[in-house]
Amino acid sequence: MSLDLGMLGFDRGAHLLVRRALGGVGVGDRITVTGGDPALGVHLRAWARAEGHGFAEVADRTATWTLSRGTAERDRWVGAERAGGPGVDGIVARPPGRWGLAARGALVEAGGPESRFDLADRDVVWADLAPRLYAHAAAAQWDPATAVEWAAPAEIPPDVEASVVQVMTYLVENEQTALVVPAGLLARVHPHFREVQQLLAVQAADEARHMEVFTRRALLHGGEMGTSSAGGRSSLATLLVEPDFSLATFLLSVLGEGSFLALLAFLERHAPDPVTARITHLARVDEARHVAFGVAHLEHQGTVDPSLRGRLRGAIERRHDALADTAGLNADVFDALVVLAAGSWSPEAIAHGFAAVQELHQAMDDGRRARLARLGFPPDEAAELSALHTRNFM
Amino acid sequence: MTLVMGGVAYDPKVVTIWDGFRRWLRGQGLDFDYVLYSNYERQVEELVAGRIDAAWNSPLAWLRSERLAAARGRTVVSAVMRDTDQDLTSVVVVRADSPARTVADLKGATVAVGAVDSPQSTLIPLSYLHGEGVGDLTVRRFDVGVGLHGDHIGGERDAARALVAGEVDAACMIDGNHLLFGREGTLPAGATRILAQTPVYDHCTMAVVDTAPQAEAAEFVRLLESMSYADPEVRPLLDLEGLRRWVPGRTSGFGPLGRAVDETGFYDAAGGVAAVDYVP
Repeated sequence: MSLDLGMLGFDRGAHLLVRRALGGVGVGDRITVTGGDPALGVHLRAWARAEGHGFAEVADRTATWTLSRGTAERDRWVGAERAGGPGVDGIVARPPGRWGLAARGALVEAGGPESRFDLADRDVVWADLAPRLYAHAAAAQWDPATAVEWAAPAEIPPDVEASVVQVMTYLVENEQTALVVPAGLLARVHPHFREVQQLLAVQAADEARHMEVFTRRALLHGGEMGTSSAGGRSSLATLLVEPDFSLATFLLSVLGEGSFLALLAFLERHAPDPVTARITHLARVDEARHVAFGVAHLEHQGTVDPSLRGRLRGAIERRHDALADTAGLNADVFDALVVLAAGSWSPEAIAHGFAAVQELHQAMDDGRRARLARLGFPPDEAAELSALHTRNFM
Repeated sequence: MTLVMGGVAYDPKVVTIWDGFRRWLRGQGLDFDYVLYSNYERQVEELVAGRIDAAWNSPLAWLRSERLAAARGRTVVSAVMRDTDQDLTSVVVVRADSPARTVADLKGATVAVGAVDSPQSTLIPLSYLHGEGVGDLTVRRFDVGVGLHGDHIGGERDAARALVAGEVDAACMIDGNHLLFGREGTLPAGATRILAQTPVYDHCTMAVVDTAPQAEAAEFVRLLESMSYADPEVRPLLDLEGLRRWVPGRTSGFGPLGRAVDETGFYDAAGGVAAVDYVP
């Protein structure tokens, strides 16, 4: 085989053509290289030596050299393996740590570092719904700058505005938790489960937007942020310490964000201004996706792990015990919800608002029990466990 | 008995390299350790004094080992080399618009070279030019990493830069660095021209002294030659050290450097350092 490089030299990419030509012959076989670049002979010799190929001048011809293909390129791929297949059907049960950050389906050279992704068991992290949920989430991303008409006119009594600010302050605190938890899990999931990582990443991005819009709403009319209670933060802190993927997903997404679906619907319904109504609506649509993944994941888990329900129950009970001596929901938040639903300070309105918040509690409880039932808990046990959920909602 | 090898710390990566080799060799059952020196002269003296058993030597250090050992009634062997240590060449480079067409045209020119002790960019190319009858040269030396025998690439790169900047008429460098300097842009494409290429010569070699424990020394060489690029545990070490396989050592490729050393009086016949302006 012969290769004519024309005037192309190694300073402008000639090695690509030489490597390609050598790839076309067997180990030990020769190619003849000619070319007009004055440095070609010098560079061919140096390049071939570094790459482990043989080099020789051709005695009776100018500007012509022979290279014999060495073994290095072939040897590099001895023991290489495909990291599963690129599609969902190519996912393996337990991807090895040595695949690390390689793309699923890539040909992985042997050697290299062992990765430290400890969530590397299909049954622990996977849900068949993940690819579809990710696609939906990616398509449903909205821009806080344009999705909300921030300049919409609003006449809000100062007391009611203060309640909005307090609720927003509370929401931001919860959204920050809801960002940190999936972000922490995401960094532990083996990249082989790409769709789960993608979904968790979008989930974190969702929460980032929620933090932004709730903060922006809190400050929209010039006030300062509301209060953050120690009890509320204690409740959220218990979510951060759960290391188990399924239990963390259960506590945050199924119970916490599940409860938030009812809260956000409540806020949208009783919002005193279009901005509050809009942002709680947008956030609720996102949260519904997070809940759907949590439920789908745990449904899958339940089919492969008969002990799952017992562990879920244990997680709820542990968290309840840990929070038994804390206040639960920030009293300022509770009052703010009543005032929001009341819309004014007349005794009748407050009574109406109070009843609405009680209905909210009932709606949250209904939702939790329904989701627990989907995970296979009988009705009485679902009711008992739902009652143990934190008073802080999330 | 422990086989102790010396290496020269010309770059921080040397620790990574020889730690890796040490771990691998010990894993193969060889009682191996290494020590690092700041320069080749001390390493060679320690080798011939029997304080180390083997030395990963530059070609210049090999020549001194040979002379020093002979003067003291000892022998050293060139036991094993990298495949990339054999049949190297150096080039003399001029700017593309240089009037020089052959090395003879460099008469009276200023030539940039690397460090005083660099075989590939100073000693061998200057000896080559001398052998071609090019006289009256002004040599501009770039003494980076003196004592490292040219392992530090800085001097060669500075010589190339001086050529591009028009400060000198020609510059000398090893063929692989000419390739590298072109790719990294130190030598812009089309800006320079190779005027001449030296005959082939050999580079580094593992010198083993006759006071070394014989069985361990033989096992050391056998293990190195058994290292396979197909082994994923070994491949990163070979990549770092710049080889695809270890090959049996030879001495047939040190002629050009031996001539250069004699012409310049770099070392005397007994292996003493005679170069006056050489301070490792």
